[in-house]
Amino acid sequence: MSKEYVLKEVEFWDGAMASSQALRQAEVDIMAAYPITPSTPIIQNYADYLSNGYVDGEYIRTESEHAAMSACVAASAAGARVTTATSSQGFALMIEVLYQASGMRLPVVLNVANRALAAPLNVNGDHSDLYLGRDAGWINLCTFNQQEVYDMTLMSFKIGEHKNVRLPVMVHQDGFICSHTAQNVAPLQDDVARKFVGDFEAVDSLLDFARPVTYGAQTEEDWHFEHKAKQHKAIMDSINVIEDTFEEFEKLTGRKYNAVESYMMEDAEIAIVALGTTIESSIEAARQLREEGIKVGIVAPRVFRPFPYDKIADALKNVKAIGILDRSSPGGALGMLFNEVTAAIYTNDTKPVINNYIYGLGGRDTTIADLKQIAKEIQANADAGKLTTPVQQFSGLRGPKLSFFDMESSK
Amino acid sequence: MANVGWDEVNDAALLNPFENSMQDLVNTAQSDRDYSLFSSFSASTASWRVVKPIYNSDVCIHCQNCWVYCPDSAILSEEKKMQGIDYDHCKGCGICADVCPTNPKSLIMYEEATVEDSALASWPEKKKKEKKA
Repeated sequence: MSKEYVLKEVEFWDGAMASSQALRQAEVDIMAAYPITPSTPIIQNYADYLSNGYVDGEYIRTESEHAAMSACVAASAAGARVTTATSSQGFALMIEVLYQASGMRLPVVLNVANRALAAPLNVNGDHSDLYLGRDAGWINLCTFNQQEVYDMTLMSFKIGEHKNVRLPVMVHQDGFICSHTAQNVAPLQDDVARKFVGDFEAVDSLLDFARPVTYGAQTEEDWHFEHKAKQHKAIMDSINVIEDTFEEFEKLTGRKYNAVESYMMEDAEIAIVALGTTIESSIEAARQLREEGIKVGIVAPRVFRPFPYDKIADALKNVKAIGILDRSSPGGALGMLFNEVTAAIYTNDTKPVINNYIYGLGGRDTTIADLKQIAKEIQANADAGKLTTPVQQFSGLRGPKLSFFDMESSK
Repeated sequence: MANVGWDEVNDAALLNPFENSMQDLVNTAQSDRDYSLFSSFSASTASWRVVKPIYNSDVCIHCQNCWVYCPDSAILSEEKKMQGIDYDHCKGCGICADVCPTNPKSLIMYEEATVEDSALASWPEKKKKEKKA
């Protein structure tokens, strides 16, 4: 039986500590991991709790991230509550096994400290890895600060393990900017957190010898389509369980979460859509801009998969212009968030002017001034009722201005 | 296997071989097992085969070599008596014929289209030992 870990009402935690404390309170049975910066402290902290008797479990040091996720798949199939954490290149190496976990419907929890993908090699934050894993069939929860990392990590077990869901869950936080900087976090005490998360109930356990099960069976054109369709329906339907869990969490803590978060949108004329710690900077930029009379609001998908298509459309139905910010090199297209959010807005009767910003790659600092400049460009689009800039622009980049798709209508 | 729709397949990409719990599996003959619709046992891989083994019970000594070596559990044996071949799962690898110790062989590989009766009617004779020179 593990020792009690007494927590203060408010702790001063970085994102990695917030995550690992939630993993400890969830009483994870197995953590299989290969440490990679900046997810390393999540793993290291859990190993510390284990060594010091604050959690009952096993820590498996694997030879790679591919092996780490493989061990998670096996342990989850055997009937354990399982977790790991990674970033960037390590996440890229896990990709093949991410699809195995979701296809086998194993509720593994993966904390991702979002970080750039090489080359050039980079240890700082952007959303390249988040985007890379988006089609892997995992539920993706996004966080914008350390408190949310703690809250989402606790909730991720409850969501993924729900009998109507049975899917793996990723909790994303910005590498370094969130994972390695500290803010005040109000945690739950161990007994409250444990009661909220609940016990793990194994389904189709490999160790149930009376009812043997084959994991990893092959299907060809005769069955593959039916299995993938059922898996897709499960993740689409999981939004109900996610929202129920948010509601239950609000009753417990008073902290309210939504599938799509809106800030200052009640009277907004223009909106910024983004992910990660940029949300907090954007809120501060919006406060300052509102003193200048620019009514800017912020919309952010808290649940990135399943993508809340209808709720995104609803959140953005009353604005005249929208800037959609992608913190990932799109590699020959418009940003992914731009494409997905724009598709959702298309269902509305309104036709706002929408443009795309590529920003903050490889940990490039995105300042309040940068975001105010972006908001002013969006406001100019709203005033003109059409694009006044190319569709895609790079923000915070040195050198001559880089942009794409200077449409005829914007001249 | 029945071609059921997406709503009836297992939630996960996994197979439960039996409909219900199975106790004492080792001592339960395949024919008495409660195989599920989605069990590999209920699916046929016969179409993978190009050549097939034909079994001649007149020559067999029930040594169980073929049963031990078959990689697909496609040799049917009960109470240590060879019963024949499970043609739904045999993939025609020929290992059973290779390990068969009798003279002539009790298992011989034939073209898939060969009719069993005609193969048995023209089964090879016992080979005489060659005298050492």
